[in-house]
Amino acid sequence: MKTVRVQYFALLREQRGLSQETLSTAAPDAAALYAELRARHGFTLPPERLRAAVNGEFAAWPAPLKDGDEIVFIPPVAGG
Amino acid sequence: MSFRLSAQPLDPAALKASLADAHAGACVTFEGWVRNHNDGRPVLALDYEAYGALAEKEGARIIAEALEKFSVTRVVCVHRTGALKIGDLAVWIGVAAAHRGAAFDACRYLIDEVKVRVPVWKKERYADGSTEWVNCATRGEHPS
Repeated sequence: MKTVRVQYFALLREQRGLSQETLSTAAPDAAALYAELRARHGFTLPPERLRAAVNGEFAAWPAPLKDGDEIVFIPPVAGG
Repeated sequence: MSFRLSAQPLDPAALKASLADAHAGACVTFEGWVRNHNDGRPVLALDYEAYGALAEKEGARIIAEALEKFSVTRVVCVHRTGALKIGDLAVWIGVAAAHRGAAFDACRYLIDEVKVRVPVWKKERYADGSTEWVNCATRGEHPS
């Protein structure tokens, strides 16, 4: 198990009811962590509509997570 | 040369003054305004939310690309966060260049890339009281 911090924005923040949380997970990568959290909280966005960011930078879904990582799942953007 | 987020209203005159450059013969600016409709639905107001750290990094990368691709001398881009009403200025982009062609092209590149790459989200508030995060609808899809 590792401890990671997850920040939520926009639709995910509202569906989670939190802006951030620290949690323990056995998920080896961002894809597995999103699947775990989606199952737990009923997030409507499928992973193919999201991007992952780890420690303040875009990251590939299969990139391994390590203890202390900060993860953000980025919903479809809509600036401008 | 900067991309930044602002929780406060933008001042176009001050932003434009920051582009002043004796080498420039052209200045092109773009203002994105909050409009009162989207996809046929009346919109009353918007909320913008951003992942600040990554938004500023990605915005800086887009500006670096514009400087590489186009012969421009100065670029400024500012995006609002927070609650905005109809007519408010949501995004301001300004480009200075020696000649107009590069200034127009760079300005277009910047707004097009910002809209699809920078982690900023827009929640629309509709006249019927409903709200929606733009581009986040999942019609007919349910969590497995």
